[in-house]
Amino acid sequence: MDIVSNQQKKRMHPHKFILWVAIGSIVMMFAGLTSAFIVKSNQSTWMPVEVPRVFWLSTAVIVVSSIAMQMALRSFKQRGMQQYRLLMGLTLLLGAAFIIMQWLGFQQLWDVQNITFKGGGAGQFLYVIFGLHALHVLGGVIALIVMFIRAFAGRTKLYSAVPVEVAATYWHFVDLLWVYIMVFFLAVG
Amino acid sequence: MSEAMNVYPEVTTSHAVHHDEHHVHHHKETFITKYIFSQDHKTIGKQFLITGIIWAIIGGLFSVLFRLQLGYPDQTFPILETFFGKWARGGQIQPEFYYALITIHGTVLVFFVLTAGLSGTFANILIPLQIGARDMASPFLNMLSYWFFFMASVVMFSSLFITTGPASGGWTVYPPLSALGQALEGSKLGMDLWLISMALFVVSSLLGGLNYISTILNMRTKGMSMTRMPLTIWAMFFTAVLGVLSFPVLLSGAILLLFDRNLGTSFYLSDIVVNGEILPNEGGSAILFQHLFWFLGHPEVYIILLPAMGMVSEILSVNSRKPIFGYMAMLGSLFAICILAFLVWAHHMFVTGLNPFLGSIFVLLTLLIAVPSAIKVFNWLTTLWRGNIRFTPATLFAIGFVSLFISGGLTGIFLGNSTIDIHLHDTMFVVAHFHIVMGVASMFGMFAGVYHWFPKMFGRYLNSTLGYIHFWVTMVGAYLIFWPMHYQGLAGMPRRYLDKSSWVSFTQFGELDKMITIVSIIVFAVQLMFVFNFFYSIFKGRKVTTTNPWGANTLEWTTPIRPGHGNWEGEIPEVHRWAYDYGKDGREFIPQTEPIGENESKH
Repeated sequence: MDIVSNQQKKRMHPHKFILWVAIGSIVMMFAGLTSAFIVKSNQSTWMPVEVPRVFWLSTAVIVVSSIAMQMALRSFKQRGMQQYRLLMGLTLLLGAAFIIMQWLGFQQLWDVQNITFKGGGAGQFLYVIFGLHALHVLGGVIALIVMFIRAFAGRTKLYSAVPVEVAATYWHFVDLLWVYIMVFFLAVG
Repeated sequence: MSEAMNVYPEVTTSHAVHHDEHHVHHHKETFITKYIFSQDHKTIGKQFLITGIIWAIIGGLFSVLFRLQLGYPDQTFPILETFFGKWARGGQIQPEFYYALITIHGTVLVFFVLTAGLSGTFANILIPLQIGARDMASPFLNMLSYWFFFMASVVMFSSLFITTGPASGGWTVYPPLSALGQALEGSKLGMDLWLISMALFVVSSLLGGLNYISTILNMRTKGMSMTRMPLTIWAMFFTAVLGVLSFPVLLSGAILLLFDRNLGTSFYLSDIVVNGEILPNEGGSAILFQHLFWFLGHPEVYIILLPAMGMVSEILSVNSRKPIFGYMAMLGSLFAICILAFLVWAHHMFVTGLNPFLGSIFVLLTLLIAVPSAIKVFNWLTTLWRGNIRFTPATLFAIGFVSLFISGGLTGIFLGNSTIDIHLHDTMFVVAHFHIVMGVASMFGMFAGVYHWFPKMFGRYLNSTLGYIHFWVTMVGAYLIFWPMHYQGLAGMPRRYLDKSSWVSFTQFGELDKMITIVSIIVFAVQLMFVFNFFYSIFKGRKVTTTNPWGANTLEWTTPIRPGHGNWEGEIPEVHRWAYDYGKDGREFIPQTEPIGENESKH
């Protein structure tokens, strides 16, 4: 009996597993878009784009938020609820700041660099790919808000780290995804 | 409680609560939590099935309507005008109506019936029951999966009633036709609704797929190792993997199309003149959409086919009272099909100006699929060989599936060769090929599944006499409808054309087209008879009196006749053997729950 339970404990929690499969699925979506980008960039009519500076700042912000999230997870596991709430709040703020910065980046692209939806070059792909990524970050921010409120509401009876772990994994994923996209646009775009 | 339950406290709690309910019966489930917003995988499966049936009636009816046009292009049917108004002015199907009919027929049958209705139904019902789990990994996401499908259905259904009509650029919605409202009535609001509906549908299949994969890998009962799983579960597993990896790519293609349609970008559009008006779009590539579409579109074929294959394997083994022949070969070929499914998409694009060298690689990879397919066919036939076959309606439909899969698979070899495809592409030959191998074959797999597991779903049997009539008419009808289309296609008759009577070379097929139309109407009527049988039997069918009516080995037949939420009263059974110990050591069948005896022979 014990042996079996130990064996089963090694298995991943189903919710975490679902997240990993979902990550695979999201990766496929961005792989589809970036390969479409590569295919189209070989055409003679291709218009490249210069990535606005703001996006460097947003890269820094999302990387820091990822570190904050990891620290929040650690303090949750160590039952440091006060610190957990603080760090969660910080992650949340940084996540929101990231989305706002993306918006500012779009504005700069639209107003200053005059890249609108007209055409089908790197600039238009940038709007679609960055925009979809921002939507995924927004989803994460909403999840974080829910967890943030939960961290205050009532006493935590069940100290299971699984929900926090799931949120943290997703958060690191959107961070990594952003780094991939950024590098992609700098290298290919 | 099983070990699997105790490991995950959060998951356990909900199940444990349900578990207690079955014994104590103090907690009352309301109608809404039990039948509408249910988180019970069995109810969700039935919801998928019934929604799928409704869509199948709509999609089937549409095919009858456009067959009327194809069989009788110069006749008028005043009754059509009564029902459809301007779409059938003067009793004649108008071109816009015809294109809308074929587009929605394709979309509905491929996605709503044979994806959601097939794997949505049987993955939901069978996975937890056959692997020994009380429910899915996340019952809540599972419920969301159905409701996203429902919303997708509502949006698609509503698009049928708008003034400009539903999407009508073909189910593959190739731009520029689908991107430009001025090019086609159906590319106006109808196309936007189509895209929204498909986006919702993609979310639904992803939520479902995530759950199926996670449940199969994480929630199996004690002793249920991967290689002890019934082939149905393996097939559902690979189906879900295909869906999770390919649907997001369709979504990205659809997003770019939405941008092109509504925001003025030119991802797919370039140098276009519509009705004398020069469009400003520049730099787009219509071929790009085809790549993105078929990267989903080809795996989609296997998303449709694999669940049918899995169920057919199970049903043939149970009803020939013999172990499945070559279990590991079946797994290997499912896996091979799954890999190859992602490497052959460009065989839908041989005539798009694809580099012939690249084309030859896709030819090779496409023809490679013949190997795992042939292995599967061989194994089904050898499973039946010298079996003690019980010809239930489910068995007949399973055998019918094998027949259709062979016939349709062989014509795939024709089309997979890029040189022959230059002649055959976009002809009725293609229509015949994919309807037989994918459409009708998978429908047969679905029927086999419904007849076989109906007793588990509703605690009653379907009427067998109606079942036999249903099978024979559908089987003969399917061949009568689609076999002649091969000849039409070889003669060069194009698909999707409204009226071919102005070509002298096709007038020889006039009577043939009439015959096909008449048979389609008969076959459609027989499907309605099945629908009647289905709903009648839910309430009035012969009652199941034993927990294991088919004498099958798998775990779903160890549950009560009408299992509640949680599936097993008391503990989840432990598994000691694979699912196919039939006709072994002088015993007709040995359930998976029975421990291996001391002197038992090996399989």
